[in-house]
Amino acid sequence: MAEHYKKEKKSKSQWALIWRRFKRHKLGQVGGLIVLFVFLLVFFANFIAPYNYSVQHRDYAKAPPTRIRFIHEGRLVRPYVYRTERGFNEYYETVYKEDKTERYPIKFFVKGEKYSFWGLFTSRIHLFGTGSEEAPLFLFGTDTFGRDLFSRILWGGWISLSIGPFALITTLIIAIPIGLISGYFGSWVDMLVQRITEVIMAFPKLPLWLALAMIIQGLPSAYRFFFIVGVFSLVDWTSLSRTLRGMVLSAREEDYTMAAKAVGAGTPRIMFRHILPNTTSYLVVVSTLSIPSWIIGEATLSFLGLGIKEPQTSWGLLLSQANNLQAITSYPWLLIPGIFIIVTVLAFNFLGDALRDAADPFSTVGKKR
Amino acid sequence: MIPTLILVSIISFGIMQLIPGDYLTKSQLDPTISRKTIEQQKENLGLDRPIHIRYWKWVEGIFTRGDFGYSFSHYRPVKNVLFKGRLGYTVFLGLITLGFTYLFSIPIGIYSATHQYAPSDHLVTLASFIGLSIPNFFLALVLLFFMAAVLNVGANLGIGGLFTEQYMAAPWFNGFVPNMGKITNFFWHVWPYVVAVGTASMAGVVRLMRGQMLEYMNRQFATTAEAKGVKESVVIYKHVFRNAINPIITGLGYSFRTIVSGSLITAIVLGIPTVERAYWTALNKQDEQVIMVGLTFFAIMLLFGNLFADFMLAWNDPRIRYD
Repeated sequence: MAEHYKKEKKSKSQWALIWRRFKRHKLGQVGGLIVLFVFLLVFFANFIAPYNYSVQHRDYAKAPPTRIRFIHEGRLVRPYVYRTERGFNEYYETVYKEDKTERYPIKFFVKGEKYSFWGLFTSRIHLFGTGSEEAPLFLFGTDTFGRDLFSRILWGGWISLSIGPFALITTLIIAIPIGLISGYFGSWVDMLVQRITEVIMAFPKLPLWLALAMIIQGLPSAYRFFFIVGVFSLVDWTSLSRTLRGMVLSAREEDYTMAAKAVGAGTPRIMFRHILPNTTSYLVVVSTLSIPSWIIGEATLSFLGLGIKEPQTSWGLLLSQANNLQAITSYPWLLIPGIFIIVTVLAFNFLGDALRDAADPFSTVGKKR
Repeated sequence: MIPTLILVSIISFGIMQLIPGDYLTKSQLDPTISRKTIEQQKENLGLDRPIHIRYWKWVEGIFTRGDFGYSFSHYRPVKNVLFKGRLGYTVFLGLITLGFTYLFSIPIGIYSATHQYAPSDHLVTLASFIGLSIPNFFLALVLLFFMAAVLNVGANLGIGGLFTEQYMAAPWFNGFVPNMGKITNFFWHVWPYVVAVGTASMAGVVRLMRGQMLEYMNRQFATTAEAKGVKESVVIYKHVFRNAINPIITGLGYSFRTIVSGSLITAIVLGIPTVERAYWTALNKQDEQVIMVGLTFFAIMLLFGNLFADFMLAWNDPRIRYD
């Protein structure tokens, strides 16, 4: 009897329960894996990308994706490409013709341009390539200046991916103290904070982002990334702090807060040690769900020319080259960076959705009704 | 509401002042324009006065004369630059987009809930997630590509803007007969806009609708109705739907936000003359009074959106009272 009681008593922690529910959510796990994959891709960008993101292949401006062939004379062979040559068609438009005399097989770990891996060491080894200058391999084609789009996407991913976490941290730094103070103290502090929140929330996001992005135009462009992060968090802390305030309002009346007060805990201790931990599962969920909006936001700003600027690059900036009908119809491969945005944002959304279900103690994920 | 609006106008004005330089900065850098001319222009435009006086003059003009200010770059009143020939299209397109969003997403949400965990339900979930994840401007670009390269309509119907040239000056009605050519041309030009802006909020509405339906389908009153032998369609549409729809109506206010934001970027890509697009042009030229009015206008639109949602809610749910 006593043993049985002991067994029952040993319950799982809140996080273990969340993790157990998350494991049932297949789509969420797929999302998590994709996010991880894209992060790895971007982290090893130097090594994976066949070329440096700023190197211009002048003879290959606006070249379409290099065609990779698998079959030679009816037999399956190692993937290879042909050399392409620029020419003109009867309308004097640039066309690239394949020169089928020699095959250039795609090799792994080929020697190419020198790069420095996060400042740790320098190397010439790239993951794949043809290994010859004659027949470059442009997986996704090139842009106006003959820069390899695939390499640029990997490089640009660095900014597109890190804007989310950075914006999240600054937003939390603003929103948590304001939400806690507003909810815990009430009275005129709460009134003031709520009025400010209301006014900021009265504006639609994008027009306000754009107006604020105009302000940072004059500031040094090396730190532009951080200014954009600032613009995002300056507008977006409001909804987070408002929800947090609501949670604090109800937590303030809970028995555990009373108990903490009764034993003589100070206000900061109650706020940060007793109330805040009770909102963490909510914060984790909101965090994951708000990252996509920042990824899209950065892409939109850069697309309009108010975000990241050359020589830095991001997925939105890459897409800005496709901002006219002629470019879209003649060089449709310039739209490829958009696919990376969609896949990444989709993965974050799956992940956030799964976390929301997992963090909700009343959810019935995976259970059939 | 009124204090909020006053603060909104102050913030709009403040942001404008924080943007480095002003409308004349470009002329100052131009060596062919003499300093005297610039001083003269500064005085004419009132840019030499202190900030609070400029703000006060602007507000005073709105209330006493209905004068929203003066556009420096267009040499015309702000009203003409921002609203003339644009406000109508903006509101009309906004309403079409809103209609498109709800007309599709509510039935899809109901279908998805009544077919829970069926393959079609998963498909709908996946599709709405994808809709949520596509940036507006990218969808607009893809639709442009689709129209130009796949449908190949560029030559005869035209892409971008609102009409093909031949229909621009044509009247909507010939006497009492509607001009079908113009109407078709118009709808052919605006559908990518409606789709690009509409899908952004569609995903959210579908998911909310599905969740709400599922929640109320399991309530006791639904079971009771079914047990009494009420037809399933009646249970769904009369008992469950009327209860489940409330948060979606509240969400109308939120949809207004998404539409204003989405419309800004989509109108830029597709070249559609909306108020949002005029705002963007003004932003690039630092046309300060146009920007101020634009920002305030968007905030007012959202306030009206929320008000509209409240009215709809009270109309649908007799339990709700606003005293």
